[in-house]
Amino acid sequence: MDALTGESQIVYDARGLVEPNAEVPKVSSIDGTKAEFDANDLTTRQINLELRWLINEQGITDVTVKNPGAKHSLGVGILTRCKITFEGSLGYFGCGVIDGPEVHIKGRVGWSSCENMMSGTVVVEGNAGSLTGAAMRGGDLIIKGRLGARTGIDQKGGTILTMGSVGANTGFMMQRGRQVICGDAGHGLGDSMYDGIIYVGGKVRSLGIDCVPGEWTDADTEFIDRKFRIYELGTPPAFQKFVCGKKLYNYDSLEASERKLVL
Amino acid sequence: MCGIAGIIYKDGHHNVGQDMTRMLQSMKHRGPDSTGYALYAEPTENVVMRYTTANTTTPRDFEFQDRLKRNRAEAERRLAGLGAKIVTCVQETDYAFRLTLDYTDDLKKLADQIEDIPDCEVLSLGHSLEIIKDLGDAESVCAQYHLEQFQGTHAIGHVRMATESDVDISGAHPYWAYPFSDIAVVHNGQLTNYFQWRRRLERSGHRFNSECDSEIIAVYLAEKMSEGMGLKEAMEKSLDELDGVFTYICVTADALGVAKDEMAAKPLVLFEGENMIAMASEEMAIRAIIDHEIDTYDPYEGEVMVWTR
Repeated sequence: MDALTGESQIVYDARGLVEPNAEVPKVSSIDGTKAEFDANDLTTRQINLELRWLINEQGITDVTVKNPGAKHSLGVGILTRCKITFEGSLGYFGCGVIDGPEVHIKGRVGWSSCENMMSGTVVVEGNAGSLTGAAMRGGDLIIKGRLGARTGIDQKGGTILTMGSVGANTGFMMQRGRQVICGDAGHGLGDSMYDGIIYVGGKVRSLGIDCVPGEWTDADTEFIDRKFRIYELGTPPAFQKFVCGKKLYNYDSLEASERKLVL
Repeated sequence: MCGIAGIIYKDGHHNVGQDMTRMLQSMKHRGPDSTGYALYAEPTENVVMRYTTANTTTPRDFEFQDRLKRNRAEAERRLAGLGAKIVTCVQETDYAFRLTLDYTDDLKKLADQIEDIPDCEVLSLGHSLEIIKDLGDAESVCAQYHLEQFQGTHAIGHVRMATESDVDISGAHPYWAYPFSDIAVVHNGQLTNYFQWRRRLERSGHRFNSECDSEIIAVYLAEKMSEGMGLKEAMEKSLDELDGVFTYICVTADALGVAKDEMAAKPLVLFEGENMIAMASEEMAIRAIIDHEIDTYDPYEGEVMVWTR
């Protein structure tokens, strides 16, 4: 490796905090509706500008990003149906606020990935940090490794499925959606959840307030089998099911449109 | 916010000064105020002391240069009075010195004598530990203190975003575990029972050079170890007795350990290779020293992990 290059790799503004370069680098090789580019020498902003330029202005539907280098906030705010493959790991806040893309990450993701995800799929081959899928509203988030603490807190919809274990306070204040955890769960699982379902294949260190075992139904079996089949995850393990006991809070979890019909 | 990093090699000496600089520089955005290193080389017979004769908050008035000279002369006079023979002396900056001393007596007495001089602070004292810290980013501190060639077995580092104490050298990490030699700590987080522990440790005779809560951890662990606990046992005890949100890394002459609080509220990414373990607040710091694809993970809440070189 070269001599110390940190300063030359990352450009800071006068406060030493952000990257000021707002030019689209236009470094991709494009083949029809497919494109790929090497992110090694690009900043976070340049990578995201390149992605948006390809998807929104060049009509590209399948992008491969090489060497993402665990940089933060990559692939955020993509609101179009397309395929994005990251050949490596993402840092914090990756793929946040996305609505529609099919993302494949051939590495791990850092904290707060896929926050506020609206729809689409994200498949992560490695591990994920804490706060993954926080406030997620829809889509499928598949983590083939293990997850950190506070997975899917404030989850409002969609599915988070991990083949590994999760840390403490997973599903904290969960309002809707499902979590499928093939490994163990840390302390305070589903604490203060309003609704939603958490399936755990391994041991649970402790349940949070108002999180209780739920009754297994055929719909649960069908759901689990379908997700494992779609994402080719093999045979699912036996799961315990956990739901909200509805003793702590009694807020409804209806969408605005549903509330008009029901109430 | 702050960023912490650690690295330990199992197969002898490496260029840990350069490694740590790369790691810390890649996390500059987490803490642009100051940068600090605790570097460990093979233990030497002589005592290595890093000390400063002024802080960044010391007034830079017309008398400043004279005070620096006076402080240095007084420090050397007191060392001679204790029978500590200066073998080598390197002046790194106007106010920072690295001494090797031929001295076999009580290290606490030596540190107390130096720190009794106004504006003087002992940054580290021991046979293998060297703490270097100053304002600015890693590349500027590395260049200022010539760390790019530092050969050692393990190291920790810190980039600081000052939140609750001054931007100065005293507030910068790592912290040496006064008066216990060769123990240092970097910390990301906040201790909520800081004053309670500070009063307890002060009653036991320990001094604190800063208003920074992180200094508590180093002294706390060293005291536990002086009572006979191993590093891992002391760190596990800290999970019960230190309150707040924290991830910290502690190093001794031959080991490096990491602890996360029960909430896992502060990040740490870990890479375990065959001959090297590296960890940092952000994965990009680990990737700054490894040029191939790696598998990393976050330790869980309440986890304590220790590696020896």
